[in-house]
Amino acid sequence: MQEGRKIRVLAAKPGLDGHDRGIKVICAALRDAGMEVIYTGLRQTPEQIVSAAVQEDVDVIAMSCLSGAHSYLFPKVMEILKGKGISDILVLGGGIIPEEDVTALKSAGIAEIFTPGTDTNDIAKYIREHIRKN
Amino acid sequence: MDDLQKLQEAKAKYDAQVEKVLKKIPERKAEFVNTSGIPVARLYTPLDLQEFDYLKQLGMPGQFPFTRAVQPTAYRGRFWTMRQYAGFGTAEETNERYHFLLKSGQTGLSVAFDLPTQIGYDSDHGLAQGEVGKVGVAIDSLWDMERLFQGIPLDQVSTSMTINSPCAVILAMYLAVAEKQGVSFDKLRGTVQNDILKEYPARGTYIFGPRKSMRLITNIFAFCTEQVPQWNTISISGYHIREAGSTAVQEVAFTLANGIAYVEAALAAGLKVDEFGPRLSFFFNSHLDFLEEIAKFRAARRLWAKIMKERFKAEDKRSQMLRFHTQTAGSSLTAQQPLNNIMRTAFEAMAAVLGGTQSLHTNSFDEALALPSELAVQVALKTQQVIAYETAVCDSVDPLAGSYYLEYLTDQIEARAQAYIDQIDRLGGAVAAIEKGFIQKEIQDSAYRYQREIEKNERIVVGLNKFQVKEEKKPKDLLKVDPAVGDKQVARLQELKNTRDNGAVQQSLADLKAAAQGTDNLMPTILKAVKSLATLGEICNTLRAVWGEYEMAVV
Repeated sequence: MQEGRKIRVLAAKPGLDGHDRGIKVICAALRDAGMEVIYTGLRQTPEQIVSAAVQEDVDVIAMSCLSGAHSYLFPKVMEILKGKGISDILVLGGGIIPEEDVTALKSAGIAEIFTPGTDTNDIAKYIREHIRKN
Repeated sequence: MDDLQKLQEAKAKYDAQVEKVLKKIPERKAEFVNTSGIPVARLYTPLDLQEFDYLKQLGMPGQFPFTRAVQPTAYRGRFWTMRQYAGFGTAEETNERYHFLLKSGQTGLSVAFDLPTQIGYDSDHGLAQGEVGKVGVAIDSLWDMERLFQGIPLDQVSTSMTINSPCAVILAMYLAVAEKQGVSFDKLRGTVQNDILKEYPARGTYIFGPRKSMRLITNIFAFCTEQVPQWNTISISGYHIREAGSTAVQEVAFTLANGIAYVEAALAAGLKVDEFGPRLSFFFNSHLDFLEEIAKFRAARRLWAKIMKERFKAEDKRSQMLRFHTQTAGSSLTAQQPLNNIMRTAFEAMAAVLGGTQSLHTNSFDEALALPSELAVQVALKTQQVIAYETAVCDSVDPLAGSYYLEYLTDQIEARAQAYIDQIDRLGGAVAAIEKGFIQKEIQDSAYRYQREIEKNERIVVGLNKFQVKEEKKPKDLLKVDPAVGDKQVARLQELKNTRDNGAVQQSLADLKAAAQGTDNLMPTILKAVKSLATLGEICNTLRAVWGEYEMAVV
């Protein structure tokens, strides 16, 4: 990463879920932690998320889903990223994600899943330690 | 020496004693403040209520300003309606859950629709992928609605339906099912949420812009006033505003400000306040700050009564009554030590009951982990039954009235909510305040503050930032929605389109388009379209083509 360049995060709401309290809190927390955060707003398709990530040249995609559609939507984003040959974006997921779904999401390439009760400082720390672009 | 003087002296003595105690045992915090930012004093006495006027501020139950209750005998006559929000998968699966809930002693139904249904997409729409049947039941056409209420006579239950932007379509489907069952519209009891304004800052299932949506809402008011007189035509909801992170005061303020906007829209559409006023209902959250919540419900009742009487000159008592449903706070539940959620929900439910709710949904303990399982739903419902039948809190009306602290809090919440409403009025009303992002910003700031308090350990959540256990046992048997539900719905849609009279569908949609371009009430045309077996998506797309879709600016 270039010296002095802030970590850039795309915060995204894939699918039709309207629960955006969590993602907005995370946006505020990551900004306070010194990162540049772009929030997509609601109802983004996986295609829209990937193209926003490319356009904004982000280091991280952080997706939130509380509707139960994560098992379809998160891997779909990974698939599109792979199709474009992008592997240096750290992709994170969060929301109401049952434990038994986590393994499948991780093997699809989601680096980490954050569920309710996560300290936002831990998310910032995770991002700093796992960022891939340099 | 008069009583007041005696009291002041006694209080001074007490304060002196406190000074001494504080030197030995300092208090837990330098300042006690509740979630709405109202300072909480060590002690409340009649000195804090010197201006208190019983008849003006409380009155009798069933009398203006209805602070104590909307109904004279409250729960001595009948308990609240125990109503668990439920729906998942296909109409058949949800129908099975409804029969189970009714057998378990639930007294009303509450339909949860999946997100595609709530946003007016059929199950085969691209954006519906992965979402069909997840957070609620998938309804594409009248066929699904008939299956949903199979074996449930609609004149025997009251049904609440959480549906907003496509509310007119879903209500029309319900009416069509009633017709098929031979039940006349005047026998139908229930509620549609139909509250679009909170969708923009809080819940997210909008389709059209706020001003277009207001037409659909007032069309429903007018149609039901004439044809479905027992139906609650709107449930003006603070629940989601609170879940999105607002404080208790903001919840009251933003909800009643939305209420004001609906009344103004209905008046502007030519309706009379006492025609539709009695059918307005509300929906609040019950959170963990026990006394603040009870005060909140009482304050909301009093404030709405004044707004209707003084601002809108409503004369019918029923127009002045704030009747409300309550749901316990989903956002107060933790994924850690999930069984603790049973206690949280019980306290919240008790606050709702002491606040005089008309109906109640209690959350399931596993909701921070997954959709609620059958066991968890049952415990939640039983929690209400224990409160009703075992705790005896329902035997006297508004039993906490007269508590110095509670009355002080009730006054504070009312005054602070009124100040917000004044501010929203100055911005041009709720619609303008939403368009300007004011409501969104206020809620987001409160949500972030709440989270920071938890992370700085200023707010303790048992099992989360204190009293954690290392190795947690996760509950088993979480609900899994059958992944085939999407395929099933798509196949059923195909069958529908192959067998219905497509000419009749096209005609009904063309009629709807013409009606949407004009100014007539849309309900009769929508009802006709639904009966012709036009799908929810087709009907909403027809309206989209005329009105366009709303794009939210990110605040």
